Amino acid sequence: MRKLLVHLHDYRRESVLAPLLKLAESLMDLLVPLVVAAIIDEGIARNDQGIIWGRFALLIGLAVLGMAFSFAAQWMAAKASVGFSTKLRQALFDHIQGLSYRELDALGTDTLITRMTSDISQIQNGLNLALRLLLRSPFIVFGAMVCAFAIDVPSALLFAVAIPLLSLVVFGIMLASIPLFARVQEALDQLLGMTRENLTGVRVIRAFCKERQEVDGFDRVNEALTHMNEHVGRLSALMNPATCLIINIATILLIREGALRVQAGALQQGDVVALYNYMAQIVVELVKLASLIITINRSLACARRVQDMLEIAPSMSYPEALPDKVPVTDEAVRFDHVSFSYTTTGDAALSDIDFVVRRGQTIGIIGGTGSGKTSVVNLVARFYDATLGTVLVDGIDVRAYPAGALVDKIGIVPQRAVLFEGSVRSNLLWGNERASDEELWEALATAQATEVVRGKDGHLDAPIEQGGRNLSGGQRQRLTIARALVKHPEILILDDSASALDFATDLALRRAIANLPGDMTVFIVSQRTSSVRQADQVLVLDDGQLVGTGTHDELMAACEVYQEIYYSQFPEDRPRVGHHATLQEVTA
Amino acid sequence: MSQGTSSDATSRQTLAKVLALIGRYRLLLLASVLLASLTVVLQLYVPILFGDAIDQIVAPDDVDLKALAAILVQALALVIVSSVATWVMNMVNNRLAFHTVKDVRARAIRQIQRLPLSYLDAHSSGDVVQRIIADTDQLSDGLLLGFTQLFSGVVTIVVTLAFMLSKNVGVTLMVLVLTPVSFLVARFIAARSFDMFSRQTETRGRQTALVNELVGNLRVVKAFGHERKASAQFKAINDELQGYSQSAVFYSSLTNPSTRAVNNVIYALVALVGARLILSGRLTVGGLTVLLSYANQYMKPFNDISSVITELQNALACAARVFELIEASPEPADATTELVSHGGEVDIRDVAFSYDKRERLIEGFSFHAEPGTKTAIVGPTGCGKTTFINLLMRFYDTDAGSIHVDGQDIMDVSRASLRRTYGMVLQETWLKRATVRENIAFGRPDATDDEIVAAAREAHSWEFIRRLPQGLDTPITDDSLSQGQRQLLCITRVMLCLPPMLILDEATSSIDTRTEMQIQEAFDKLMRGRTSFVVAHRLSTIREADQILVMRDGRIVEQGTHAELLALQGFYTQLYNAQFAGSADLG
Repeated sequence: MRKLLVHLHDYRRESVLAPLLKLAESLMDLLVPLVVAAIIDEGIARNDQGIIWGRFALLIGLAVLGMAFSFAAQWMAAKASVGFSTKLRQALFDHIQGLSYRELDALGTDTLITRMTSDISQIQNGLNLALRLLLRSPFIVFGAMVCAFAIDVPSALLFAVAIPLLSLVVFGIMLASIPLFARVQEALDQLLGMTRENLTGVRVIRAFCKERQEVDGFDRVNEALTHMNEHVGRLSALMNPATCLIINIATILLIREGALRVQAGALQQGDVVALYNYMAQIVVELVKLASLIITINRSLACARRVQDMLEIAPSMSYPEALPDKVPVTDEAVRFDHVSFSYTTTGDAALSDIDFVVRRGQTIGIIGGTGSGKTSVVNLVARFYDATLGTVLVDGIDVRAYPAGALVDKIGIVPQRAVLFEGSVRSNLLWGNERASDEELWEALATAQATEVVRGKDGHLDAPIEQGGRNLSGGQRQRLTIARALVKHPEILILDDSASALDFATDLALRRAIANLPGDMTVFIVSQRTSSVRQADQVLVLDDGQLVGTGTHDELMAACEVYQEIYYSQFPEDRPRVGHHATLQEVTA
Repeated sequence: MSQGTSSDATSRQTLAKVLALIGRYRLLLLASVLLASLTVVLQLYVPILFGDAIDQIVAPDDVDLKALAAILVQALALVIVSSVATWVMNMVNNRLAFHTVKDVRARAIRQIQRLPLSYLDAHSSGDVVQRIIADTDQLSDGLLLGFTQLFSGVVTIVVTLAFMLSKNVGVTLMVLVLTPVSFLVARFIAARSFDMFSRQTETRGRQTALVNELVGNLRVVKAFGHERKASAQFKAINDELQGYSQSAVFYSSLTNPSTRAVNNVIYALVALVGARLILSGRLTVGGLTVLLSYANQYMKPFNDISSVITELQNALACAARVFELIEASPEPADATTELVSHGGEVDIRDVAFSYDKRERLIEGFSFHAEPGTKTAIVGPTGCGKTTFINLLMRFYDTDAGSIHVDGQDIMDVSRASLRRTYGMVLQETWLKRATVRENIAFGRPDATDDEIVAAAREAHSWEFIRRLPQGLDTPITDDSLSQGQRQLLCITRVMLCLPPMLILDEATSSIDTRTEMQIQEAFDKLMRGRTSFVVAHRLSTIREADQILVMRDGRIVEQGTHAELLALQGFYTQLYNAQFAGSADLG
């Protein structure tokens, strides 16, 4: 837990004071029965009004002091627990941002978000309760016993028997039910899964007339869940009556013992009342403690999960600066016998890929899903490290670039067009914080998005909702392209970024990019042959292998996979099948 | 005011429904309530006995051991009876709660199978799941058990007051008058912390949204080197949340110490007044002990009741949602005649249909499909191509006109026999959380392994199934198969049944070329000689179809063959030029 506890460092004072103040409060509570005993034995027995009023004032004083201690304790606990969780949340957020794609793949977005939100809330809650109550209950229980011993040792022996017995029952039942509750939860999850399945699959179930069988399956799980519930219910049904029985029998014995001690002259009536009051305090605290422990246990589980996440070290490291000697080369990107797999055990996503891209070239990458197209561009930007071989950008190994330096050169348009809450401008500025409005409009023009933005109220200031859901898929896609262009990148990567664009816009986009000044290197990843046919070089991938390199015409002559893809999209062009000249013209 | 009474009326209706629902468990509820009262009375009477016992212990020469023994034996008996009664009550409550939940869920799942699709399409599956799982739990825990708790709380208050009155009227009245102070304090604090809580909730909501956005799209953040700015953005909202949370947590944690302090003051007052009463001979020490212990516990039932009442309101709302589901009217009764299919001729005459009966959608639609022909349904995404499937399968009934299959009106035959006539492969590739074998044999659970493997070979799914870790016995989870593989399994499922007619929905999602070709081949095999309706996205499917239905905005706007439709120079031509030319997928 050390990685977590460092965040409590700034709140050391509060974390120590909170439980101490709480102890002071419970001390006030513990004194009450003694004061009441004094009222009976001194005030009433001696008929002394002064003592009664004095003790009454003392009781009021204890109540006020107790409240004051408690308020202070709550403030310390709130400050420490909220401060701790705030720091922890920030640390976790920053830590997650430092992880590389490989770790992100392994963890999954849902896990990350749960850790950031509900897990940390649980930890905050658990810490707050622990600071306030974890010491209080045991203190009262043992304090009550100590007071009892102070009053009368033989009677107090009953406490020494009752407390372990009660603890045994309370914690025994609790511990025995925890695993049972876990199984109930599992059965409930299963039932929930079946319900959802019945709803999402309602058309298929009805099409196959399987309603009866689905109901039968549901009934079986429903029955099992009820059984399990009753099983654990039988156990927890014992808790109340058993503790009640023990405490009352202990009280009966206590009064009997007290009577004998009073008869022997060793005790006074008020002392018996005090002992009786202490006995009543114990059981309440033990039950509180049991439920507190369940809550804290849950928080500890969350804490362990957050701790595990903080311990994940990013798998990539970066040098401080570029090497002193920077080679002069016109090679923008080179893959030198590169192999790559997403997991250490999994199949290779890329095997022995070898190619060179000259500065200013446009490169098409084509292949089916799972053929490795996106893997290639992921390696160019060093989102992942190659398993074997070397990737070079501008003649330098990508691993020799300091953090952020490579990303600065590259503008990427990911497959999934994601925008962030804010405005059109705030999104475009992701590419370059200092870009002027003219630069933004230029990028929008190239991305064929001028009309999209002109059509919105506020133009560049038009609001973008979360994820860009107030835009259509095609509009989003064009804005993500503009965002990458604002960067004026040396290398532009379009990862299947035109899928939501119609053919004409796709064509206009590619023309506009080709006409940009400078010698930007462009990667166009696509499943459409039409998108890559003008490229200087097309890389054809199939199942992680580079099966063809060349221009469209060269590949049509020599690469079987490329032909297969082309003809599946243009069946008219397949030899021996009738030739539709009109279609040819449209696609040319 | 009128709103209050109307919601009271609904609450009463819901309560009446709950009572009707628990039917045979009503005796259990009665037993629970009776046992609760019994245990309350017994548990409250025990302190009186203890008080009496203490009164027998006055001084060394004034201890009546005989009377004491009698009282303590009595107390022991009461304690045992009350513990047993509590235990029985707990068991009764368990039975009542768990069995009610079970019955309601069993009813709900049956209801799901009978509800019209219009109901299920109008409610998100998350919403219905919530009703069947969480709301049902609330109905039993919050409503049935809450009712018992409410009842025993009231009994506790009444009995406590009665016992206290029997000891001393003055002290009782004092406690009665002072108790509300503690409520006022609690309410005062709640009002103060409410504002902070709502700000905390609002800020936390914004933070969660930000986390979802930034962490959910971390790859983009990293690709743009945006980490530092993201961290600063997060810090701003995180610090804001810290302020609100700290206040909210602090203020809300003041309730307990404050009410405890008020209670302690009441306790002190009882001690003071009680002591003076003893001196004037109007109370015994045992009596004071009793009053003190009651004063200590007196607040508890009030707190319980107020939390139970909040719970009850929530539970009533949940119960109303459960009833809305299980009482929704099911599909109209089914005909008993079985559809006898020979060949698969479909004849649609003058059909009118709309989802929202206030709007017109499809009107005067007629269409005829000869046995063994292929009909393609095309249109832009979201044009309502599934409407056609809904009508053919009788997921929805037509508003006017008729659909005949092999000369029989589909309204005159049982839904099951109609649906069995069709094999359906939808774009959403629904599979059960079960093994591959169970999924393939979904429509024919009696199929042998040989038949299953044969169907899988036919449908080109065998290639990947046999490479799975446990072959046919591999359990399917949400992400264990690719989209294309799931599609192939769905085809295999139909391949095993081989019904005379087909409804197919071609996938639009990007599936790699090879799998797509396999799916196409499997589709072609299925369609051979069968009357087929294909929601088409592929050019080749459309061109090979015998007839094409063109849909737009939910309506069928054109129908005919490829050549006829091109000659029309209408919407189809437009669609064809815009989307088909230049690319294979329609998206």
